[in-house]
Amino acid sequence: MASYSTSEFKAGLKVMLDNDPCAIIENEFVKPGKGQAFNRVKIRNLKTGRVIERTFKSGESLEGADVVEMEMQYLYNDGEFRHFMNNETFEQYQCDEKIVGDAGKWLKDQDACTVMLWNDAPIGVTPANFVELKIVETDPGVRGDTSGGGGKPAKLETGAVVRVPLFVQTEEMIKVDTRTGEYISRVKE
Amino acid sequence: MQSAWQPSCSIETLHLRARLLAKIRAFFLEKAVLEVETPLLSHTIGTDPSLAFFATSYDLPPFQHRLFLQTSPEFAMKRLLAVGCGSIYQIAKAFRNGESGRFHNPEFTLLEWYRIGFTLSDLMDEVAELIVSLFADYQPLVSVERCSYQAIFQQYTGLDALVFCYADYCAYALANELPEAVALCEHDHALWLDVLFSHKVQPYLGDNALCMIYGYPACQSSLARLNADNPLVTDRVELFINGIELGNGFYELTDAIEQNQRFDAEIAIRQQRNLPEVLKDDRLIAALNAGLPECSGIAIGLDRLLMLLSKTASIDEVLSFSIHSA
Repeated sequence: MASYSTSEFKAGLKVMLDNDPCAIIENEFVKPGKGQAFNRVKIRNLKTGRVIERTFKSGESLEGADVVEMEMQYLYNDGEFRHFMNNETFEQYQCDEKIVGDAGKWLKDQDACTVMLWNDAPIGVTPANFVELKIVETDPGVRGDTSGGGGKPAKLETGAVVRVPLFVQTEEMIKVDTRTGEYISRVKE
Repeated sequence: MQSAWQPSCSIETLHLRARLLAKIRAFFLEKAVLEVETPLLSHTIGTDPSLAFFATSYDLPPFQHRLFLQTSPEFAMKRLLAVGCGSIYQIAKAFRNGESGRFHNPEFTLLEWYRIGFTLSDLMDEVAELIVSLFADYQPLVSVERCSYQAIFQQYTGLDALVFCYADYCAYALANELPEAVALCEHDHALWLDVLFSHKVQPYLGDNALCMIYGYPACQSSLARLNADNPLVTDRVELFINGIELGNGFYELTDAIEQNQRFDAEIAIRQQRNLPEVLKDDRLIAALNAGLPECSGIAIGLDRLLMLLSKTASIDEVLSFSIHSA
């Protein structure tokens, strides 16, 4: 793998830090007028999701990380592992819940999602930005109320709970933004 | 595909820069400080190991000379002072290789001035007068603060900046989310101060105020004089507004022998660090031998001043064309 110098640290660059794959978020060149130059780097550990700040001497370098994000299809949950498939190569990957993390509550069988691979092993899963899921449980609301004000919790078929307007009912399909966890609209079947 | 040709700053910022320059010139005209121009291209360059330069070749067949773009107009201005031209100022471009970031462009504009007979404290008074007047029309500064390096360093880190205690510095770094400083700085006191000051002190300096930090540790300044009362510190001042380093001034070193020794020391450091070799500026030494009058001088980064006046987040937004589009 190539190595990258501090001046090449651009947002999104994947590098190895403390033996973990990381992504650069921000890179600030710091140089006192009469002193030495540093780079103050904000970096996300791709395995843990944790964001840390680290200072490097300008000109230092880090090894690149073999990290790729791949569109995959979520297949099923066998109770221990979730299974994904690369739609082009048909290669299958399995992830435990620790790796799937928060994405799990948005994953419905056959849906598309993004799997991050480090040295060809999954380290993270990102659901599609918008998913369409069925409500399995919510309080009956007032049918005439279309104001959208207030709202109520609704449990979805994947286990996620989102706030929906009062007029939305059990068994209906809704569209949700997975980045914010917010209800977008009802889906006409 | 068409190349992006537009400037990196707004037309409004072009006007702001023009007004800033006009006000600075009016300020010095009123005080009878002479505006000068000195060469950007010279045969010699400063030896400061922390400044990387641009070199080019001057072809005059059959000869070829190595010339440098100036990292600061300081040496040329001191040679003018030595002939007795009186107090002078200059608004000049300066060039520093490898410096690019939110607050850095390798080519930038400096306001540099020297006041004959001024102590550092006199100069700080004048700096405050100028800076306060420049901000008055835009976002008036709430105060002007003066604090010694040792006191401010103690206040924010609890450490003594003048006496290097490796164990204390390491313990502080480990307890304050800077563990990498231990490996980065090792036993280099000056480097420790750079890292700790820029991370843990500087961001808090000058909250809508001009903050002047004086009395820099002796290990940090090549051209300043050692303080007459405390040889652990130099007569050097740095300016900060909203955590941004804006300028650096000195009660200038006039002793040719001392200057010569510091050049030699810096050249030795350059060799140690495998930095490009430079020759010391003998003409500056000769000028100091002839006699540099007692004076104080300061350089202020005008691009950063414009960033503060226009409340922009990046130096690119105040430059007509930053290095990325120049």
